[in-house]
Amino acid sequence: MDIEELIENFSFFENWEEKYQYVIDLGHKLEPLDDSFKTEEWKVKGCQSQVWLVPQFADGRIHFKGDSDAILVRGIIAIVLMIYNDKTPEEIKSIDVTKIFAKLGLEENLTPSRRNGMLSMVSKIREYAEKT
Amino acid sequence: MYDVYEIRKEFPIFGVLVNGKPVTYLDTTASAQKPQAVFDAMSNVYHRFYANPHRGTYYFADAITSAFEQARETVREFINARETREIVFTRNATESINLVAATWGMQNVKAGDEVLISEAEHHANLVPWQHLCEVTGAKLVVFPVDDNGEFMREEFYARLGEKTKIVAVSAMSNVLGTMFPIEEIAAAAHKVGAKVLVDACQFAVHYPIDVQKIDCDFLAFSGHKTYGPTGIGVLYGKAEILEKMPPYQFGGDMIENVTFEKTTYADIPARFEAGTPASVQAIGMAEGLKYIKKLGFADIIKHEEELIKYTTERLLEVPQLKIIGTAKKKGGVFSFAVGNIHPQDIAFVLNKENVAIRIGHHCAQPIVNRMGYNSLARASLGLYSTKEDIDNLVAALLKAEKFFREE
Repeated sequence: MDIEELIENFSFFENWEEKYQYVIDLGHKLEPLDDSFKTEEWKVKGCQSQVWLVPQFADGRIHFKGDSDAILVRGIIAIVLMIYNDKTPEEIKSIDVTKIFAKLGLEENLTPSRRNGMLSMVSKIREYAEKT
Repeated sequence: MYDVYEIRKEFPIFGVLVNGKPVTYLDTTASAQKPQAVFDAMSNVYHRFYANPHRGTYYFADAITSAFEQARETVREFINARETREIVFTRNATESINLVAATWGMQNVKAGDEVLISEAEHHANLVPWQHLCEVTGAKLVVFPVDDNGEFMREEFYARLGEKTKIVAVSAMSNVLGTMFPIEEIAAAAHKVGAKVLVDACQFAVHYPIDVQKIDCDFLAFSGHKTYGPTGIGVLYGKAEILEKMPPYQFGGDMIENVTFEKTTYADIPARFEAGTPASVQAIGMAEGLKYIKKLGFADIIKHEEELIKYTTERLLEVPQLKIIGTAKKKGGVFSFAVGNIHPQDIAFVLNKENVAIRIGHHCAQPIVNRMGYNSLARASLGLYSTKEDIDNLVAALLKAEKFFREE
């Protein structure tokens, strides 16, 4: 599934319950991160739950793996990865994630006051793109 | 007995609608909501006689100095200290404890000495002592609680001894609600020549304090938890101990005489109140304490104890819910876990339902870990909490549990 499809799916939801039930399903479907990566080294700081992000570089593109011990965050990670995965650093830098989250109606997850760590995760992804 | 629905009208914030609905506020342990009387008292100062206290020779300065010192008297009476000289105004309870660790601690704690604290301390009553021990070479000793969060008498006495210089303990845990037997702890500490500091941040909100009866050497609590404003806290210290302590910070108001060669310091409590004090906040804090006194602790306790019983019963209706902290003597603090659901997930659904609780380590990471968790949800009560608040909490928790249940 790509992000356009996801935005279309989200447009059918009538309330937050339906929307976030879907986010939870995405969280359940997210490939779990191997426990060996669940260390301080890969932890994204500034989250109320534990969040890990691991980049893999190949053929000029970055593939990310991520995980969290909170299921809603896992679901949001699944969406963030859908947005950013297997893109070139230049593509990553050009993505306006806030706009996409607004289209999904999930913008509350990217507000600085909500300390679920998604903002930190996005900066971390952009940081990896900058460094490449 | 006061009518809780009537007194709620005195708290403007309960009239606020979020997404068209009132908010169920169950985070009084973090900070209490404030009655109109507190705002009025503070606004009155700014409108009618605001100036810098202790300095001027004109009407406003005299009026605010008198109101500020009257606030000190209100605090003295609230905890039954012998004299107002024993009441030091600080920014908050954290600063009160830091003050003791940095002054009395640096003066009296040496390498090889021990500082004894409970396993259930807030970081504010842990990190200052840990730092003191690191700097002086003293040892931080911790007495444990059992799996229910109960005080373990033998474990405490086993760790108290000749080397103990100070015992710093919470009167009521902000995570478990456990009430430690502070009178017994103080007596035992004095027997071995140790001093006692009581962190009364939580206790002061729910139960009357008598520092003479407890016979503690220091006691700390804050204004924002006792239904008053932020930015103001109290350190109580026995006069004879405070008198021997060096200043904490240096500057205005804490001096007696200043020359480039030498400065002499003011008497207590001014010696510990460097700079322009938070006078309006102190006056607001006193108003919060007066509000508590007006309702009366007897009725507050009666109201809250009935609600504690109700909350305990109703929370257990939520499948997989486990209350963390079930000491026989506990206050209105309910930390809990719901199966394997992350507290952040629970808080998400509760927020959608306008139910305000706290999640995380509650600034007391060691005790949360000791109980087997990284993070806990916590609901807590105040004098204005109602059965309906608990009903809303339970309804939202039932919804959250169903929402996240893995089919």
